[in-house]
Amino acid sequence: MNELTKIETTLKDWETDQEVRWCPGCGDYAILKAVQRTLPQLGCDPKNTVFVSGIGCSSRFPYYMETYGFHTIHGRAPAFATGIKLANPDLDIWMVTGDGDGLSIGGNHLMHVLRRNVNMQIMLFNNEIYGLTKGQYSPTSRENTRSPSTPLGSVDHPANPCAFALGSGARFVGRGIDVSKNLPDVLKAAHAHQGAAFIEIFQNCIVYNKDVFDDFAKPKGADQQQLWLEHGKPMLFGSEKTGGVKGLKLNAQTLSFEVVDVPDGDAEAAGVLVHDATNRMLAHMLVELPFGEFPMPLGVIYDDPATTYEAVVHDEKRRASEGKTASLANLLAKGQTWTVSGTAADPI
Amino acid sequence: MATQTADKQAEKQKLDSMVVRFAGDSGDGMQLTGGQFTLSTALAGNDLATFPDFPAEIRAPQGTLFGVSAFQINFGSRQINTAGDAPDVLVAMNPAALKVNLSSISPGGLIIADSGAFTKRNLEKAHYEVNPLEDGSLAKFDLLAFDISELTIEAVKPYGLGNKDALRSKNMWTLGLALWMFDRPREPIHEWLKDKFKSKPDIADANIAALDAGHAYGETAELSGPLKQVAMDPVAAEPGLYRTITGAESVSLGLVAGAQLAKLPMFFGGYPITPASAILHHLARLKEFDVTTFQAEDEIAAICAAIGASYAGQLGVTSSSGPGIALKTEAMGLGIMVELPLVIVNSQRGGPSTGLPTKTEQSDLYQAVYGRNGDAPLPVVAARSPADAFEVAIEACRIATQYMTPVMLLTDGYIANAAEPWKVPDPASYEPFPVTFMDSLPDGEEFLPYKRDAKGARPWVKPGTPGLMHRVGGIEKHETTGNIDYSPDNHQRMTQLRSDKVTGIDVPDQEVSWGEDTGDLVVVGWGSTYGPIKQAVNRWIEKGAKVSHVHVRHIWPLPQNLGTLLSGFKHVLMPEMNTGQFKTLLRDQLLIDAESLTKTSGQPFQIAELEDAIGRCLEEKCAGRVMANDQQLPNTAEAGQ
Repeated sequence: MNELTKIETTLKDWETDQEVRWCPGCGDYAILKAVQRTLPQLGCDPKNTVFVSGIGCSSRFPYYMETYGFHTIHGRAPAFATGIKLANPDLDIWMVTGDGDGLSIGGNHLMHVLRRNVNMQIMLFNNEIYGLTKGQYSPTSRENTRSPSTPLGSVDHPANPCAFALGSGARFVGRGIDVSKNLPDVLKAAHAHQGAAFIEIFQNCIVYNKDVFDDFAKPKGADQQQLWLEHGKPMLFGSEKTGGVKGLKLNAQTLSFEVVDVPDGDAEAAGVLVHDATNRMLAHMLVELPFGEFPMPLGVIYDDPATTYEAVVHDEKRRASEGKTASLANLLAKGQTWTVSGTAADPI
Repeated sequence: MATQTADKQAEKQKLDSMVVRFAGDSGDGMQLTGGQFTLSTALAGNDLATFPDFPAEIRAPQGTLFGVSAFQINFGSRQINTAGDAPDVLVAMNPAALKVNLSSISPGGLIIADSGAFTKRNLEKAHYEVNPLEDGSLAKFDLLAFDISELTIEAVKPYGLGNKDALRSKNMWTLGLALWMFDRPREPIHEWLKDKFKSKPDIADANIAALDAGHAYGETAELSGPLKQVAMDPVAAEPGLYRTITGAESVSLGLVAGAQLAKLPMFFGGYPITPASAILHHLARLKEFDVTTFQAEDEIAAICAAIGASYAGQLGVTSSSGPGIALKTEAMGLGIMVELPLVIVNSQRGGPSTGLPTKTEQSDLYQAVYGRNGDAPLPVVAARSPADAFEVAIEACRIATQYMTPVMLLTDGYIANAAEPWKVPDPASYEPFPVTFMDSLPDGEEFLPYKRDAKGARPWVKPGTPGLMHRVGGIEKHETTGNIDYSPDNHQRMTQLRSDKVTGIDVPDQEVSWGEDTGDLVVVGWGSTYGPIKQAVNRWIEKGAKVSHVHVRHIWPLPQNLGTLLSGFKHVLMPEMNTGQFKTLLRDQLLIDAESLTKTSGQPFQIAELEDAIGRCLEEKCAGRVMANDQQLPNTAEAGQ
């Protein structure tokens, strides 16, 4: 995206007159508010902002944003967004998808939008369930999830959205929680990133998968279970009040992490690793960190921009057009032609 | 063979048309030979039509029957509408090519065979027990067999190529002979070879040597007997500048022209598929015309990205063939729902499923007109020939942008690959249809994204426009505001509005394509059957029958006057390369007793087949007898395949 003029707006300017139709208590409300609060802070311009979504509860999002919005078809939002961005690279595009929309029916498109690095923010609301179709297990549901379609418990292994994104070539991977006060910071970092910025947002479906993220998301004890990453800062979590400050240390022999205590908050002495958001190998390790043994890595896991797709496409188009006049008459008469005068033909 | 007169001065036989078929292994370069022969024919001022006929396998096992690739060209000093029923000359580069094509050669036709390729092994692969060049089985044809392989190896010897590389020039040797036969200059081919092998001058020289050797062989071998030089006058044609064009090129150029007439940049989303890919390839080279091509991850993404581009204010275009079109279906429904311009090109091929990827059929008409969930009306136009595809592509762009709707353009594998001479049109002769985006509102007026104009089209607002932010989507929306609205009355009205918009499209009145405006029988066609129908109808007109030809471009909505026009005839016969899809549509829409004539062999209609069918129809129908069933062609012509 080209630098756009920053304008002043308030949260109200980003709200539509449409009645929000998510279930009372749905995590989507918190995400909507976080986005509506963040955009004015970024100086975004509603007329240049486009929200593009697929199908599912999360994909109703565009109707509630006073911007341009396109509620498309199931799983295909990345393709629509790619077309929009190529047609007008000046638009600021936010894509909204869910675990079913983005990783099941639309997994292919999500992979390619990330691989191509089309400049946009991609928010994947992960609630580990199909909400809009009344509670079937989703590609991120944990094994043994009981649902209407899996009365005996699901048997397939869940997909890991952030690992999928990195594997697809994403240059920005972030993670947040619907109700977390840190979510706007992740959104801001994603917006600042030039290229496809992937954000997994843990979202509580209070009807079909209530509190499934409580292990790390519920406020009580959260600081022992949430590792908020900051570039250039040691990977610390916990506090003296909740059982001590801890950190992640790299075991170079086994090429794995271990949790270490950090007495007196001295991360360096405890050997805690400093987060480098530009380190792709580190990002791979962080997104694969098994929860339980380790806290849940959140925030900006990876942020290392590369040339964007639309920039390359337009550059190539510009170079290919240089010095050429787009004359349709010449184009039509291209190749070997001959002239018929009267009834005789003269090859030319 | 057509009319023959003696041309004493030149001692050449003079013909007014001729059909030549080059057939060989798929690695023998027959499509190149045919393509270059086509060019030299066009430059000589003859009218022509071609039919490239190749297998789905890129390099099928050598020498096999299913690996045969052929290129047929019909050319003449009179108007040519089809690639010809039966070849007058068959060039067979191996036994398999002979076997596969033998049944189609016209009686007394000439077979030129490369005897060097009729080895024991190749004969076995073609399931010949004895060499047909030697057992007298070809007695009813003129046969010329000589060792083209050996002659080629000799010709390119100075260039030090191995036998395998040398034999690659066999097709150029053959082309050289053909150029001699029809008295064509070699220079354009020399130039083409030099350009093609710019970086490998040795290969260029070897090919030129092979070409010259083939030509010299015809000239000096003094072949008494069947091989004679043929003279053919240029066709009488409208004065102007001409070139040859294939359907794929023509569609591409028509789309570029259409986008220019609409004053819009074009966005083309495609995914590789036979035979539609050629359009993606052509457009990818036209970036200076403000064309963006996007090879998507799949067919669905290709159409979705095109709709996205339309949403952002460009002319979105996507293209595919049957199975790919099936995948795009859901997105078409969204395009209809959000009422954005979109052109969908379907280069039809034999189906269902993967079907016959390289063979032609027109069996996607139901899919085009009816094939979506919900009441999802979509305008459909069909091209009748390579040159016509240019006009039809412009028409598709016009309808899409003027009515804010997806439009489907039907072409087929035959049109996509076939070439014909094309009088280069003057772009200034087309009426522009520039798009106006809504960019502001009169003071105090409420913005209603679904408020329609007199044509039923909603405003097109580009994201980035101040003050007109709005949301669109696939959920049923309110009649004017576009906000989500599931209410029963609203859906009833919206269904009607979407339907009325499409049926209200200004479609030009249908004209009779050939023949009188009334009569005993009208043969109604659409798409690539134009050529054979026109010729067959003409033959009956010349015999004094009251037969006419009506060829329909606007499949949906139909021309308003079509029913009245057809009522001027006692009987309606509808040849189609499907099981009677347009017939069903016309029976339903016009309540007429249209009779079907179907062919689903993956091959175009032959003139003679249609001539016979028209004859049967005239005899039985016009004699007052009612046929119990629709006619289905006995597929005799393809029996050899």
